[in-house]
Amino acid sequence: MYVFDWKNYNSYNIKKERLMKLKGCVWKFSDNVNTDEIIAARFLTTFDSKELGDHCMEDIDKDFPKKISCGDIMVAGKNFGCGSSREHAPIAIKGCGVSCVIAESFARIFYRNAINIGLPILVCENISAQIKEKDIIEVDVSNGIIYNKTQDKSYKTDKFADFMQEIVNSGGLMDWTKKKGLAK
Amino acid sequence: MAYTISEKIFNQHVKGPKVKAGEFVYAKVDLALGNDVTAPIAIDQFKKLGAKKVYDRNKVVLVPDHFTPAKDIKSATQAKVMRDFAYEQKITNYFEVGRMGIEHALLPEVGLIKPGKLIIGADSHTCTYGALGAFATGMGSTDLAACWATGYSWFKVPQTIKFIYKGKFQRWVCGKDLILHTIGLIGVDGALYKAMEFSGPVIARMQIDERLTMSNMAIEAGGKAGLINPDKITYDYIKKVCAEDYKGAQGKKKWEVDTKKWDKLKSDSDAVYDQVIEIDVSKLEPQVALPHLPSNTKAVGQVKNMKIDQVVIGSCTNGRISDLRIAAKILKGNKINSKTRCIIFPATQAIYLQAMEEGLIEIFVKANAVVSTPTCGPCLGGHMGVLARGERAIATTNRNFVGRMGHPGSEVILSSPAVAAASAITGKVTDPRKL
Repeated sequence: MYVFDWKNYNSYNIKKERLMKLKGCVWKFSDNVNTDEIIAARFLTTFDSKELGDHCMEDIDKDFPKKISCGDIMVAGKNFGCGSSREHAPIAIKGCGVSCVIAESFARIFYRNAINIGLPILVCENISAQIKEKDIIEVDVSNGIIYNKTQDKSYKTDKFADFMQEIVNSGGLMDWTKKKGLAK
Repeated sequence: MAYTISEKIFNQHVKGPKVKAGEFVYAKVDLALGNDVTAPIAIDQFKKLGAKKVYDRNKVVLVPDHFTPAKDIKSATQAKVMRDFAYEQKITNYFEVGRMGIEHALLPEVGLIKPGKLIIGADSHTCTYGALGAFATGMGSTDLAACWATGYSWFKVPQTIKFIYKGKFQRWVCGKDLILHTIGLIGVDGALYKAMEFSGPVIARMQIDERLTMSNMAIEAGGKAGLINPDKITYDYIKKVCAEDYKGAQGKKKWEVDTKKWDKLKSDSDAVYDQVIEIDVSKLEPQVALPHLPSNTKAVGQVKNMKIDQVVIGSCTNGRISDLRIAAKILKGNKINSKTRCIIFPATQAIYLQAMEEGLIEIFVKANAVVSTPTCGPCLGGHMGVLARGERAIATTNRNFVGRMGHPGSEVILSSPAVAAASAITGKVTDPRKL
């Protein structure tokens, strides 16, 4: 069996304070980034976050995992994470050190998966046109505010639906399920 | 009050007052499916949750189809994790290699899908089952684990886009062309978070195999589900699969075929839709989706001199018996172009056997095509037909993203079995009407 880094896996809870306010350098992506691009199927024979992280975004930008620093932020256009249901996609993004993904919209399954495993994701209209690659931004996840240090501008993100906020606050779906005492 | 089929199915699975589109619900799940890629993460999460037993061992389905027969040690390990879990939990619907098929072709065939069921699967093409009037949607592994532990999952009841298809298909045009055309029309996020409902006289005449193809690709437009109201064609299919004692279905219960109950599932005529789109299919030509998005569709006649290195006929989208019959009709007495490889993979063992009995396999082999065991392998660049840099494939599969079938510098064109088979003969993208 592969060693799986569970401590980091559910970090929404564990590192709540650090994660609620994020700061990092922006890496930009276009519309319709699909899960095959985030992590190609040839790497799906494991779900080790480090191993997957080493191949994150490889088919778009081979050096992506090498050139980013821990805490950096991905900013994308519409329909981020479309395609397959592989949870390996948000795991790979977390595994390579990205702290948060901001997009104009997310594909449905990716959106669920990210929330379930505690990868912070935010929806922000027109964000792609306003933030440039390499901008330094600060993200206040709990209040939904993005501050662009480079440009000295702020943007407001969409709110989670109350039901989803509850899952986010619990630290992901598993902790929510546990807290509610739903498991048999 | 008027309801869509999606709303009706959710209302049968939640307690309390009736729900409508837009509401969040915590609903009872009838089937929860995983495969050798997604189940290992779900099993890990399930154990981490401290859960001891799955909520119902007859309602969990496990199919090792992606990297099986195991392509390497790592994939063998993943398959073993799933197998061990299946034995430990005494899962009735675990389908070992030899009994298995590509999950979305297998489940309907062994009678596990029926109208009105609420189904989740850790595989995006779970939406296939909407063709039989079930509400089925793809999710991730953690969602699957939570469902195994509780029997429930949370959903937002989706708005619905209704498609009404009118007119008559031209020769060689089929459901695959229609769904590609539809995705081209609304885009890869055209139905994001929404259910697609396929209806109209074209659908009323369409047989189950083609309906499954259409619902299968709802996800390629971002759709949460792709539904077809159950009708006589649905009921006849279900009666047929229930009557057949297919040996692959383990622990299959005797089926009640309750058409009266299922009739009531149909969307009400005054149900509220987010959008209604009417499409006349009469002038629709065979379609292709060029790299690198399923929405990048064109009539095949517009594509000139595009060389093909590999043809792939099969998958959960087009690996059913009627797809193989179409391919055989075109390939019979012909040879695959000497500079092209053609890989054909029947989607299940039963389809394989039927293709053999009908003489289709012989036609394929004589044409110099390769016939493979059922597997998802080539579709996602896993194994059994991976592309090198600079190579181009035409495939009856569902995705043509960058690197989908292998090297990021390779290309995939999506098409129907007829276009793929015609292209195999000429070695370039070909309109079957012009052969």
